[in-house]
Amino acid sequence: MKVILKVWRQNNAESQGAFETYPVENVSGDMSFFEMMDMLNDQLVLDGKTPIAFDHDCREGICGTCGLFINGRAHGKIRAITTCQLHMRSFEDGETIVVEPWRAKAFPVIKDLIVERTSFDRIMQAGGYVSIKTGGTPDANAIPIAKRNADESMDAASCIGCAACVATCKNSSAMLFVAAKVSQLSLLPQGQPERVERAINMIAAMDEEGFGNCTNTGACEIECPKEISISHIGRLNREFLKASLKG
Amino acid sequence: MSWYSTLIKSSVGKKAVMALSGLFLCAYLVIHLIGNLMLFAGPEIFNSYVEALSSVKPLVRAIEVILAGLFLTHILLSVKLTRDNSTSSSIKYDTNKAGENSGFFSRNMGLSGSILFIFLVTHLSTIWTQFQTQHEAGNFYSIIVGKTVGLGNPYITTLYCIAMVLLGFHLRHGFQSAFQSFGIRYNKYSGLIEGIAVFFWLIIPAGFLSIALYFGIIGAG
Ligand code: HEM
Ligand code: SF4
Ligand code: FES
Repeated sequence: MKVILKVWRQNNAESQGAFETYPVENVSGDMSFFEMMDMLNDQLVLDGKTPIAFDHDCREGICGTCGLFINGRAHGKIRAITTCQLHMRSFEDGETIVVEPWRAKAFPVIKDLIVERTSFDRIMQAGGYVSIKTGGTPDANAIPIAKRNADESMDAASCIGCAACVATCKNSSAMLFVAAKVSQLSLLPQGQPERVERAINMIAAMDEEGFGNCTNTGACEIECPKEISISHIGRLNREFLKASLKG
Repeated sequence: MSWYSTLIKSSVGKKAVMALSGLFLCAYLVIHLIGNLMLFAGPEIFNSYVEALSSVKPLVRAIEVILAGLFLTHILLSVKLTRDNSTSSSIKYDTNKAGENSGFFSRNMGLSGSILFIFLVTHLSTIWTQFQTQHEAGNFYSIIVGKTVGLGNPYITTLYCIAMVLLGFHLRHGFQSAFQSFGIRYNKYSGLIEGIAVFFWLIIPAGFLSIALYFGIIGAG
């Protein structure tokens, strides 16, 4: 099959950027989206042009490095996948595919489709960890945790930090990401000692980075490749409100 | 007061105050609708109901002051939050199919709210003002159904109807959203909240709408 890519090109953080259009021939439906991009990039190199820069690493949906806004949807229109898990069979022959970087003030574009996501790291540094000594690997059942809590914590822990939630949010809010991180620890015994500071500090860091205010539209949970539920945002709100009333 | 400043400076805290003011406004809508429904009982009963309210003037004034505070809080915060949100997402996508992951009215609370605001200003500057100035005459019913500022005026009726439909959509998203903002819309309670929400987003606006439609179109006389 053949597709036409309309891709955002931008030299560096300071430059303007614009869309470029590239026809790509001989695409197989079994190719991943990135294999198609690799093919296009090989051609661009042969033509003496600069290949399109895009972030990727594991290419199997576990690292959270990749993320493109494809035809108006974060990670494309297929539910519960990352961009690297998207295949060309979900496009029509001859289709024009619009490819854009994540758009948010807190994620400046640094080249083509790559955005700077260190704002997420700074939120994590504000409290997304436990600083107590947990020792070596304990016996599997040494710390009793209710099944329901273990399951919900595990769901939250599946967040890979891809930032599709921010990218799709009309407010560029990072609430689903922060909710996943806070929820994961607040459901486990190891997370208890720093529970209050964690909620306060991570929300403060999130606001500081210039992410928007959540208006509960629910778009994030639809686009999240790990299907993290906005009920975790409910928990984050409760954690924060309780923590700030105590503080 | 440090807990208070942490709260009000944060996005989550502002949202909670927004939600609280919104829910109090919802509670007021119930009282307001019960009063308005007396219009269906005819001029005597409606007029004597408004008279009766005047006998507890201090209470009415107190409620009005609280309401003004709630509206002011709700509106000022909504302007602040909506503004901040547009700077957070200043760069727009070329192609964005937001309709595939969220509802129109959930994304446009500022729009439905702004039209509600226009309605609110009109409502206060006409009906409320006339009720104060023409209190002596005691014929409140005729102000409501009258052609000047009442439902006998097709422009007023149209604005009223649009506002009530938008109120429905504002609360369709807003009511359950408020509970999410408080952090109590957990899976366990979400069914219950959805149920109560129907009363607020459907029944209440429909009640107000029925008055506008009845007196504005059918039973004007
Ligand atoms: C008068 C003009 C009004 C404006 C400008 C306005 C604006 C807004 C805005 C921008 C939001 C935030 C949207 C969001 O969080 O998704 C909101 C939420 C809300 N509004 Fe209004 N609104 C108005 C009137 C009302 C009225 C009359 C009611 C109820 C009687 C109401 C009830 C609510 C509720 C319950 C929320 C949800 C709060 C939350 O999401 O946490 N609003 N409003
Ligand atoms: S919550 Fe989901 S969409 Fe957001 S960063 Fe984590 S995995 Fe990605
Ligand atoms: S490249 Fe690792 S999740 Fe896509």
